[in-house]
Amino acid sequence: MIFQWLNNQILRMDWLSNLVKWFVEEVLGLNMAERFGGSLHFFIYDVIKIFILLSVLIFTISYVQSFFPPERTRKILGRYKGIGANIFGALLGTITPFCSCSSIPLFIGFTNAGLPIGVTFSFLISSPLVDLASVLLLASIFNWKIALAYVLVGLILAVFGGSLISFLKLEKYVESFVFQHRAADLPQEVLTIKTRLQIAKDGVTDIIQKVWLYILIGVGIGAAIHNWIPESFVTAVLGQDKWYSVLLATIVGIPMYADIFGTLPIAEALVTKGVGIGTALAFMMAVTALSLPSMILLKKVVRMKLLLVFAGIVTVGILIIGYGFNAFGGFGL
Amino acid sequence: MVIKVLGSGCTKCKKLEANTKEAISALGVQADVIKVTDMTDIMAYGVMKTPALVVDEVVKIMGRVPTVEEIKTLLSSL
Repeated sequence: MIFQWLNNQILRMDWLSNLVKWFVEEVLGLNMAERFGGSLHFFIYDVIKIFILLSVLIFTISYVQSFFPPERTRKILGRYKGIGANIFGALLGTITPFCSCSSIPLFIGFTNAGLPIGVTFSFLISSPLVDLASVLLLASIFNWKIALAYVLVGLILAVFGGSLISFLKLEKYVESFVFQHRAADLPQEVLTIKTRLQIAKDGVTDIIQKVWLYILIGVGIGAAIHNWIPESFVTAVLGQDKWYSVLLATIVGIPMYADIFGTLPIAEALVTKGVGIGTALAFMMAVTALSLPSMILLKKVVRMKLLLVFAGIVTVGILIIGYGFNAFGGFGL
Repeated sequence: MVIKVLGSGCTKCKKLEANTKEAISALGVQADVIKVTDMTDIMAYGVMKTPALVVDEVVKIMGRVPTVEEIKTLLSSL
């Protein structure tokens, strides 16, 4: 009971929803049951909620991350072999700071330190896909079952995808210069609490600056789907009974480059319109795990064949997850 | 001394360069600030997360932007 209340107030921010409802109805004099009032409520409430959650979460996570710089991750990963290394790669991917702009140095640093490329790919798949902030946001917007299921399948995809790349022995498709400079092993900096807090604060400003536009666009699209696009149209295209819904959501999502935070409100609105949870998850995963900009960056260090294998494995994985969730959606998700 | 700012041109790298220059002029020390943007050169220092600060070929800070104060302390302790 208490957990339920805390969950509703802190994570789902019911108080904020009520506050915005009061604002829309009493101050602006709009009817929430009507389109415009409803969209406005969705937009204001979601934007404020996401920004509050994001700031708190990024602050906490950046603090934790300051204990795991990539140099340390690499050292930890070097101790494990086989699938164990893939599992740790995927797990460390969830806490190691990552943005697509640092994927190249990470890739080179990991690979020329002798880590199997499969382990590096496990890390590269899980890093943008699963992080602590996205878990809590999923729990806030949907529920805990969906959040945990998302993490679990995300990690499985990372472990499995990386292992498959190891198994296929694709090292020869890595550009040779990657192996040339063996990166020096640097001693880890000892940071004070003050510096870590500074890092956490910088992390918040940095991420907010990077994603605010995506969030506004995402919530805007979400609000439009929520109140302006007829449910019959949405279900006709992406309905759970349509065999092509997951495929369509994945293909539309892959080239898009957006943060998970911008994608969530769209998924939220789609689900309320009767789209299967598997279709919504497939869309989110496709947007975050694969994007044109990150592929263009990766192309600098690997040959086209390895890049296509990587994209292929992740795409098939997302499709399986999407169809799986739609088929077994009866878990009460 | 020779100070190198490692980074491929992201906003954080520019911020680090600006902070470094500010620290140098505040301390009044003689130092050359060189920007290193080539990825293989950056990797040769063992840095995986930019920006990074290298003083006389020793990596002092990586993966974050230190404040002007911190750089001043760092440089004057050398």
